[in-house]
Amino acid sequence: MNVRSNASHETLTTPASTGVPSAIAARRRRRIVVNSLRVLFFVVIIGGWELGSRFGVIDPFFWGQPSGIWAQIVKWVTQGTAQGPLWQQIAVTLEETILGFVIGVVLGIIFGVVLGRNRFLADILGPYIKAANAIPRVVLGPLFIIGLGLGMQSKVALSVVMVFFIVFFNAFQGVREVDRNLLANARILGASPRQLTTAVIIPSALTWIIASLHTSFSFALVGAVVGEFLGSTQGIGLMIQTAMGTFNANGVFAAMVILAVVALIMEALVTALENRLITWRPNTVSDVTI
Amino acid sequence: MKWWQKTTYERSAVNNSLPMKDVSTSTQNARDRSTYAIELRDATKRFLTPTGQAYTAIRDVTLSVAPGEFCAVVGPTGCGKSTTLSLISGLERPSGGEVQVMGEPVQGIDPRIGYVFQADAVFPWKNVLSNVATGPLFRGQPKAEALGRAHEWIARVGLAGFEDRYPHQLSGGMRKRAALAQTFINEPQILLMDEPFSALDVQTRILMEDELLQLWSSLKASVVFVTHDLEEAISLADRVCVLTAGPATVKGIYTIDLPRPRKVEEIRFEPRFVQLYQEIWEDLRNEVMISYERQKQRVS
Repeated sequence: MNVRSNASHETLTTPASTGVPSAIAARRRRRIVVNSLRVLFFVVIIGGWELGSRFGVIDPFFWGQPSGIWAQIVKWVTQGTAQGPLWQQIAVTLEETILGFVIGVVLGIIFGVVLGRNRFLADILGPYIKAANAIPRVVLGPLFIIGLGLGMQSKVALSVVMVFFIVFFNAFQGVREVDRNLLANARILGASPRQLTTAVIIPSALTWIIASLHTSFSFALVGAVVGEFLGSTQGIGLMIQTAMGTFNANGVFAAMVILAVVALIMEALVTALENRLITWRPNTVSDVTI
Repeated sequence: MKWWQKTTYERSAVNNSLPMKDVSTSTQNARDRSTYAIELRDATKRFLTPTGQAYTAIRDVTLSVAPGEFCAVVGPTGCGKSTTLSLISGLERPSGGEVQVMGEPVQGIDPRIGYVFQADAVFPWKNVLSNVATGPLFRGQPKAEALGRAHEWIARVGLAGFEDRYPHQLSGGMRKRAALAQTFINEPQILLMDEPFSALDVQTRILMEDELLQLWSSLKASVVFVTHDLEEAISLADRVCVLTAGPATVKGIYTIDLPRPRKVEEIRFEPRFVQLYQEIWEDLRNEVMISYERQKQRVS
């Protein structure tokens, strides 16, 4: 299986003497076309929205208006929000998200590996984990607010719960799917049960675990923001809630834009982490990423 | 003179040096067991299928391998050759009979055993150097020493300069070399090989077979080499054991009296080789046909 990917890799990196310059030119042309169409798409959507609200097709009071959203962002950046400076709100939400993400991932991996290794335990706990996973975990938010207060802990707890199950199931599956040959080989080479876990099972399951990191990061963010909706003193979620309370549609959109920017930056960081963790994986030649 | 050589000698004196079924295995029990590196006596292995039925992989397999002997096991596809190896290695326990290694019953995985798998079993997340050093590190050798020996073995299998490559960056033959170094670094006294070269192309395969013979002669290990390729079996082994279609049992054991050191790419043209091949193939062909008929039935 690896042989094939290897071969195709070679054919792509080895420049053939003919046809290469034109292929490069074609690739460059395509990139220019794609980028200009991207800009055009943005202009049409946002421009249409703006024009629509100016000519009365869309009611800006309910649905906002791009220029109003931009003004709102500028105002938040220059004058701060109702709860304090904008960067502070972002920092609070980010802190909750990252704490929830890290704790959730660590717990998920630990439980996933332990249950994946121990079939007996997995059989006992299996139905309960499935049941817990079936409950929409956002409903735990009010409980955490009651129990842990309006501070950061309740949001972190909600994030942890959101993240935990995703990572847990992936780690569990990853442990179960470890190549039997690799296990047998490691045992013959002299691995103790503990070495088997640390040197074979975890690295092997890492591909599965890492695949879950992207989704779980967005879930951590959902946990933090929803927690802030439900009751908080700071954070982007609270900004959205305040904007909603004052019928400020532009405010909701503006907070959304800020969230999107934050999420994209964090996504890039997770991708960087992913690349660091699995350097050994064969390079996929085709560009699957958007 | 050891027992297995003696039998050959006696047999060939009687029978014009034609290969013979070596019946000595059944009369060995009376002798001192400690002379065998590996001994299976009526070993049987049954598995439970997911549907709850018992599936017999091997039945009453009796086979002994002397210290330093190279024994090849051939049989039709899926007949239970690999199961035999997993019993010797201790990865699986026999359902019946006895499996002994170095005169003691197998209990768990013996550190004196090395196992080369059919599929790639090098760790894809480790580069060649740490892959080869895995065994010594698992066994508690200091890191510097383990890495030093790994460098040595990487050079011996001809992978010098590829220490920092990951398995997916290597060709199939190079991955196999890494797997050999990974196994040989533990200096096993018993080497189990499960169709190790079956995934390689013919040229690479002959090259690897030659190198295996060289490594083996310096290591002095007892080898059980499972293969479905009779040509490979005869070129490499001192004795060839033919298994029946599953559930596998020993059909015949042939002594290969070709001189050593052998050159795998040349030996197959020798008249004696052809003679041995024909003789053993007679035996093997029936089993292959049985196995094939069964597969046809299963499909239809």
